Amino acid sequence: MDDLLTEFLTETNESLDTVDNELVRLEQNPNDKAVLDNIFRLVHTIKGTCGFLGLPRLESVAHAAENVLGNFRDGKLTVNSELVSLILQALDAIKVILRGLEESGAEPEGDDDMLIAMLDEAAAGKLSPAPAAEPVVDADVARSETEKMLGRALKPGEVSLEELEAAFASAPGPEEMAEEEPAPAVAAPTATAAKAPAKAGAAPAAAAASGAADHGDSKAANQSIRVSVDLLEDLMNLVSELVLTRNQLLQTARRHENSEFTVPLQRLSQCTTELQEGVMKTRMQPVGNAWQKLPRIVRDLSHELGKKIELDMHGAETELDRQVLELIKDPLTHMVRNSADHGIEMPADRAAAGKPETGHIRLNAFHEGGHIIIEIIDDGRGINTDRIRQKVLENGLVSEAELEGMSENQIQKFIFHPGLSTAEKVTSVSGRGVGMDVVRSNIEKIGGTIELESRMGQGSRFAIKIPLTLAIVSSLIVGSGPERFAIPQISVLELVRVMSGGEHVIEHISNTPVLRLRNRLLPLVRLDKVLGLTPASSDDAANDNDQCFVVVAQVGAFTFGIVVDEVFDTEEIVVKPMAPILKDLSVYSGTTILGDGSVIMILDPNGIAKATAAVQDSEASDTLEMKGRAADSEQESMLVFRAGSDNPKAVPLSLIARLEEIDVATIEHSHGRPMVQYRGNLMPLMTVDPYLQLKTEGHQSVLVFADGDHVMGLAVDEILDIVETELKVELTADMQNGRLGTAVVAGKITEIMDVGHYLKLAFKDHIKTKSNEGHAASRRQPPRVLLVDDSSFFRNMLKPLLRAGGYEVTCVSSAEDALALRDKGTAFDLIISDIEMPGLSGFEFAEEVRQNGRWAQVPMVALSSLASPADFDRGREAGFNDYVAKYDRDSLLNVLEEQLDFARGVAA
Amino acid sequence: MKEGSKDFVTIRLAGQLLGIPVLLVQDVIRLQNMTRVPLSPPWVAGVLNLRGRIVTAIDLRERLGMVRRREGEKAAMSVVVDFKGESYSLIIDSVGEVLSLPDSLYEKNPVTLDQRWREVSDGIYRLDDELLVVLDVRRVLDLDRAAAA
Repeated sequence: MDDLLTEFLTETNESLDTVDNELVRLEQNPNDKAVLDNIFRLVHTIKGTCGFLGLPRLESVAHAAENVLGNFRDGKLTVNSELVSLILQALDAIKVILRGLEESGAEPEGDDDMLIAMLDEAAAGKLSPAPAAEPVVDADVARSETEKMLGRALKPGEVSLEELEAAFASAPGPEEMAEEEPAPAVAAPTATAAKAPAKAGAAPAAAAASGAADHGDSKAANQSIRVSVDLLEDLMNLVSELVLTRNQLLQTARRHENSEFTVPLQRLSQCTTELQEGVMKTRMQPVGNAWQKLPRIVRDLSHELGKKIELDMHGAETELDRQVLELIKDPLTHMVRNSADHGIEMPADRAAAGKPETGHIRLNAFHEGGHIIIEIIDDGRGINTDRIRQKVLENGLVSEAELEGMSENQIQKFIFHPGLSTAEKVTSVSGRGVGMDVVRSNIEKIGGTIELESRMGQGSRFAIKIPLTLAIVSSLIVGSGPERFAIPQISVLELVRVMSGGEHVIEHISNTPVLRLRNRLLPLVRLDKVLGLTPASSDDAANDNDQCFVVVAQVGAFTFGIVVDEVFDTEEIVVKPMAPILKDLSVYSGTTILGDGSVIMILDPNGIAKATAAVQDSEASDTLEMKGRAADSEQESMLVFRAGSDNPKAVPLSLIARLEEIDVATIEHSHGRPMVQYRGNLMPLMTVDPYLQLKTEGHQSVLVFADGDHVMGLAVDEILDIVETELKVELTADMQNGRLGTAVVAGKITEIMDVGHYLKLAFKDHIKTKSNEGHAASRRQPPRVLLVDDSSFFRNMLKPLLRAGGYEVTCVSSAEDALALRDKGTAFDLIISDIEMPGLSGFEFAEEVRQNGRWAQVPMVALSSLASPADFDRGREAGFNDYVAKYDRDSLLNVLEEQLDFARGVAA
Repeated sequence: MKEGSKDFVTIRLAGQLLGIPVLLVQDVIRLQNMTRVPLSPPWVAGVLNLRGRIVTAIDLRERLGMVRRREGEKAAMSVVVDFKGESYSLIIDSVGEVLSLPDSLYEKNPVTLDQRWREVSDGIYRLDDELLVVLDVRRVLDLDRAAAA
């Protein structure tokens, strides 16, 4: 029996046990999707593997069972006990076949037609109540082991193995003898059926086990034993505890010099270390073990599909944790299968595309910084994004508009989405859509990531990045204030010591600490700030450069420094998961117990990086005039784009007039500024940051903003998405650079851009030159406008805009504040007020203003998202002169002009 | 256990008598050193090592919105309970005896009970000299509810 088959048997036996249990669970909870998916995947795997190993009988039964399960999954059938028992019957049949397989190395003969017919009928939803399949299985079970082994009925004169066994069992003699003999005895009478017995004779161990076949024991046992991962896991945990206790003892012993414990303790320590290494080693296996099956699978596939495929494997000796290995085995197999099935083209197509007829799939494993990377590269046709687009739309995963804004790579990533298979037909190879989502979820389960690059016509590259081991992590123990924390060394690049007068000092840009490191500016995060250990207001600059350390950490491509007070030690720690009640804290990845018995939190640099932006911004907001809650939430459609840097930027969709692709050849320069002719006007083009350049060839994506007859284009690199989001803007001090602040949009920290800033930049010359046309410039004194809005987002958006329009703007966040200004005697030419506000509403505010006081004659414009005619009337009644919908900036400016003109007219 | 009665471990919190079903209680321990968890909700007092297990400590007074301990007034005890396979240490002022209470003394929460208390109370027992509030541990430790509180 070859290794492949042995492995398949042990594995399938395990899966079957799981399926049995899961089926029972499913029967109890028919709506448990997770259980059903699990069963489906297991059966799917069994079926798939059978196909490659050339086990048609097994495959057909598994396939029929899978069909029924598939219908459960798609909701075409409801789970009931009848159907579950039918599937259990199928599993029993599979088990019987497996047992035969284990004994003889070939599938036993038998007829599963009845059972398959039953299953097919069930899949079609018309199950006949009579459990006709039972006898089939029973007959199989009842057939003597020998018959199955020989693959035929006994001939006259032959003795069944059981009988022989019984005879030998009662006869005295050494066990080996008894077991070695019977097989040849059976084999002797007929040469044609000699296959299995001959094998048994040649391998005494296998024969020995066949005696125990009735108990279904595995024969894979030889020099090595299979030990459950759970047991190893328990051992590992125990050893970890032992190591911790040892460390504790050593610490205690250090305090008592020359104690009589010293020598035995050293011995204990030595043993513990060796034990730890030993146990660790039991868990390490070369990644090649997970690859063993692949050459065969690829070979068979290439035959089946009529393709020419070569599989190259590199780095098979790379070792990784057994548990991790187990978990990536299936995904790997699946991915290679996918590459062969979907990736590599038919020889004729390849030749037509000018490629060599033989396709290559390359597997590559190597270590990289505490991780192992496995690449699966093929030179096939690549991923067809059009088909994915179509599929995504069919399944209604995203809207067409959303899809438009997505990059090729984003679209390709949909192949990891559940239920999306681009294979046109469901084949025995693939196409049921259980594929890549399982791959991804399995890999993510072990803390890994999967990346995908694909180019149409040139091939695809999948890269799986997984941690070496899940059990023990080498960590840096750092101190911040009175607390200690662990940082996994995987993400630590280096440590920098900082002290005043030393080589490295922390410098500040406004309030943001940075560090010069080898001609690079490293953004810094103060750990005590991120964790809220010190009040944000304390003076950083003063105490930053008292001796401290910077832990330079890398998260993806982002490198930053974490400022800590002390660095203690590195320690191997055993990661324990966080209690569910604390799971939401993204800055931690777990907890652990240190050598001294104390509990310590493990920091997650990823989470810290995410928390950083928020921390910096909330600090900055204190320096702005608006204190208190800087963030307001509103449902808002945001257009997300990329320009300059990698982090996404966004503007409210309502502010954008159009999206244009402009041929760069049509860009002209006037006064050194890029312009294009656009709908009969000159449209200045702005870049997000002044130092960014426009594209020099091809087309430039441009967001067009219109403000009255002023039209401006903002050049962006790529439009990513349109997202409906509850916008919580964290304000920034960086208003000068056109940023309102940051917000989390679609799960990513996104810079919210200030359109008003760009309008102002684009038209400051304009307004001057067009002094006779523009209302704004024709006034001697800029009109004073009071803006009352509780939403900081709108205050911040409108303020620059109104300023750009030539108004002098004062912002307050509530009607009460506005009335206070009135009572202080401040005068305004116009009041713009929101309607829905906490405290006094806009209507009440207007009534109050109109009733008495010095503002009674000041024009008032209501600004609200409520813009029905009824609201309009209500606003008029309350005393507003006009009513503008919140996002309608154009009419706002017009209305302001109208009102002011009108007011002037009245005054004159 | 007698028919028609239930056993409770009694605890005291700012003078109020509370009961935790005895089967839920794994351990009663003296308060030991804890590691603070920065950024956690205020009622998470920290994490501690209980014989090799990491246990999350919940400050019950904080969780139930009771007056905080004054300076120097130390919480002395904690009751370790199990919830969904995790251990939690509930920090309390003091622990009393185990009482077996007949069902006849049981009453539902008075409708006027403070919302915060109603959520975590599973009813009241009328003892001779005072009232015992049954603490619904599941609800105390319910993540979503707790986050909303």
